[in-house]
Amino acid sequence: MIRFCGDSGDGMQITGSQFTNTVALYGNDLATLPDYPAEIRAPAGTLPGVSGFQVHFSSSDVYTPGDSVDALIAMNPAALKMNLPDLKANGILIVNLDDFGETDLRKAQMTSNPLEDHSLDGYRLFSVELTKLTRAALKELGLDNKTVDRCKNFFALGMCYWLYNRSMDGTLRWIEDKFKSKPVLVQANRLAMQAGYSYCEATEAFQISYEIPPAKLKPGIYRNISGNTALAMGFVAASQKAGLPLFLGSYPITPASDILHELSAYKNFGVITFQAEDEIAAITSAIGAAYAGALAITSTSGPGMALKTEALGLAVAVELPLVICDIQRGGPSTGLPTKTEQADLLQALYGRNSEAPIPILAPSSPGDCFWIAMEASRIAIKYMVPVIILSDGYLANGAEPWPVPSVSDLPEIPVHFETNPEGFRPYRRNPDTLARPWAIPGTPGLEHRIGGLEKQDVTGNVNYEPLNHERMVRLRSAKVDAIVQDVPDAVPAGDASGELLIVAWGSTHGPITAALKTKRADGHRIGHVHLRHLNPLPKNLGEILGRYDRVLVPEMNMGQLSMVLRAKYLVDAQGYNKIQGKPFKQSEIEQKIEEILES
Amino acid sequence: MSTATLPPVLTKKDFQTDQEIRWCPGCGDYAILSAVQAVFPELGIPREKFVVISGIGCSSRFPYYMNTFGFHTIHGRAPAVATGLKVTRPDLEVWVATGDGDSLSIGGNHTIHMLRRNVGLKVLMFNNRIYGLTKGQYSPTSEIGKKTKSTPYGTTDRPFNPLSLAIGAEATFVARSVDVFQQHLKDTLKKAAAHKGSAYIEILQNCNIFNDHAWETITERDARSEHVVQLEHGKPLVFGKNRDKGIRLNGLELEVVPLGAGGVTEKDLLVHNENDPRPSYAFLLSQMELRPGFPTPIGVLRAWPDVPRYEDVIAAQIRDVQAKRGVGDLAKLLRAGDTWEVRA
Repeated sequence: MIRFCGDSGDGMQITGSQFTNTVALYGNDLATLPDYPAEIRAPAGTLPGVSGFQVHFSSSDVYTPGDSVDALIAMNPAALKMNLPDLKANGILIVNLDDFGETDLRKAQMTSNPLEDHSLDGYRLFSVELTKLTRAALKELGLDNKTVDRCKNFFALGMCYWLYNRSMDGTLRWIEDKFKSKPVLVQANRLAMQAGYSYCEATEAFQISYEIPPAKLKPGIYRNISGNTALAMGFVAASQKAGLPLFLGSYPITPASDILHELSAYKNFGVITFQAEDEIAAITSAIGAAYAGALAITSTSGPGMALKTEALGLAVAVELPLVICDIQRGGPSTGLPTKTEQADLLQALYGRNSEAPIPILAPSSPGDCFWIAMEASRIAIKYMVPVIILSDGYLANGAEPWPVPSVSDLPEIPVHFETNPEGFRPYRRNPDTLARPWAIPGTPGLEHRIGGLEKQDVTGNVNYEPLNHERMVRLRSAKVDAIVQDVPDAVPAGDASGELLIVAWGSTHGPITAALKTKRADGHRIGHVHLRHLNPLPKNLGEILGRYDRVLVPEMNMGQLSMVLRAKYLVDAQGYNKIQGKPFKQSEIEQKIEEILES
Repeated sequence: MSTATLPPVLTKKDFQTDQEIRWCPGCGDYAILSAVQAVFPELGIPREKFVVISGIGCSSRFPYYMNTFGFHTIHGRAPAVATGLKVTRPDLEVWVATGDGDSLSIGGNHTIHMLRRNVGLKVLMFNNRIYGLTKGQYSPTSEIGKKTKSTPYGTTDRPFNPLSLAIGAEATFVARSVDVFQQHLKDTLKKAAAHKGSAYIEILQNCNIFNDHAWETITERDARSEHVVQLEHGKPLVFGKNRDKGIRLNGLELEVVPLGAGGVTEKDLLVHNENDPRPSYAFLLSQMELRPGFPTPIGVLRAWPDVPRYEDVIAAQIRDVQAKRGVGDLAKLLRAGDTWEVRA
């Protein structure tokens, strides 16, 4: 596992993602964790300005971005200070010697130079004059120092390619494409990277070069994919399979904006992307598009979700298909915009006035976001309901190798627009799904009115009668409950019964899967149910909960799923809660399992 | 000649619903509903193509009484819902019914952004200068000092001038009419219908329960000709019971001048040009009623046809990208970027 860290202006995200693509193309399994500050550019060299990108790659299955780092590349003292605690004993540490002057140390609030005070003796330290060497390599190009210095991340990347015995070809292709309008920058970045590679080869500074053979993944065509890209592609796939135009109403917000960026690039698929004036217009325009007969979606994160609340209630009342993506981040309020959390579950379940049930799905890995997008779209259309997808910052920006499905293997999404005026009633329901008809404007003879006022059952006329209201509340609830017929039964990973069941959802899938493997190998009988459907829950979940002595619910919140399980199943589910803006480590889950089994 | 292909001739009755109308007796909304139901059949558009969208407030009950597609949404959001609908289905004829609170207070943001984008929506803004449905609080158009339930000592807020606001947002069609001026209202609605982009129509409407007589100086038969100037494209701005007053441009100001006596003739007056490309001209008109001695303008202040509709621009961009890159291929999209094969 390798982590690149430096100033947010040092290009660490690019360096990390290039390294990721290269190891992925080589066939390693991998997981990544970008970690960047909320500030676009905090003052250079300071602690708040540190940006990092971690890549875990291996010849065997990878479930997490990794707990501790084998190799750390720190571009300045601030990056070193923030990231050193995660470096393994005797791990490789590469630092840019040129950025360890007195001023640099002061900016990082360091009183002595770690390169000289023996505090790094427990690591394999390589102090490299990254800035000077990059300048020397590029001096023929006649560029100013500022431009040249911006290439030093590629010098470091070149070093890592040598260290892990990887080809530079993929990144060379990327450089050529990225800077095609500025040939001198193509040359500069290429020279810097090649210089870094040659430097390692020539200096014999590094005595070893690592060889990590390809992982044994299932046969197929693979690509590297992040969660937000997968969501965007999933919606395009859903729109094609449903034969509906795709409409996205969205307002930029971290960490959801990439969905807007991705879909805006897919105009050739006829996608309409509407960057609205605010979060409320983002969802209400999507409701308008759904009314018009589009596959309508809106994407946001926690604070934006809060703003959409009233419109969610409208979507429940008018029973139109809509998919809402909440890419969760740390809160409350603005909170930790770039850090991950899972604390919007109760908001998604209950955060509306009155009784307004909404189905909820949660992807468990970046690649799973694709399938969740398709499934959410299918449910929305089949049941005429808004559906919430709860992803999070870690899934959104994290990446993994993803087996590319063939288009013919993707499920069809049947759509029926009502066209028959004979006996048409806007709220007459399908007996199996309880869905009302989708009767879009422009259809002769189907002129009718809908709205947020309570409606009479069947006719849809405004109605304030007490018994009608109760009937409608129960019908809307029963409709969401009916979706359970499409929710696959839960099948525990690991042991089907035993000492402990771990129930979890979302991005915690990786570390739990990894921990389950080691703890079962130790002889414990443990099962793991990872919920992709959070509302309604799988119908056999209650029965499964009863098969184990104990139930553990690890969540990146104060215990929201565990509260739901306790309320619904009267089970003594124990929470394991981490609220640090960071995913669980495998070792943390392992430790918790031991603790619980010993108690 | 076959008549089978002709659309059925629609009448006012075709646009009336069976729902009991729940506005207060004597409300100005009845007159507006009647005018709209009279105008829609004259537009030559099939009934199923009409959609009426509203927010919250008395005016927003409008869709329930129109036998078209209708959507009563949430407070202030009608322009946003209508935008999503219109860009998805540019072929539909979408009208928005809203009020001074709905459009200018809670929905002010959506109003200005709809106007700047020039979405092809026709907005009927019922201005009664009061919150009626919540029983009598002041609105963003209430005059300063007004005593209402929420301002027993008088309002302290400066009001919006709705037309100035719309023109400030560079709306391409801005007009004003009055609930009781039925023929003028119908003519104004027809002009709005003929406009391709966003049309913002302020309709002065009387709330006889919570703010009766709000527009009396304009609507009272004896006084109206003194207090109203009717804007007509290509005609000079003349008003007064005996058509003896005019409006003249003096530098960057408007001035009221007497006709005849002082040697001022209609030739000296400002000739109304609703197609003036400069919003500053319409803005000047929208501000004149605030000054003592000036009449309130009604009619079309601005109709600027040369701005493309938002939904057309969006559709053109999609066509353009498809022409350049080809229509999207899902299999290619899924495999975009670097891929590798894992063999068994």
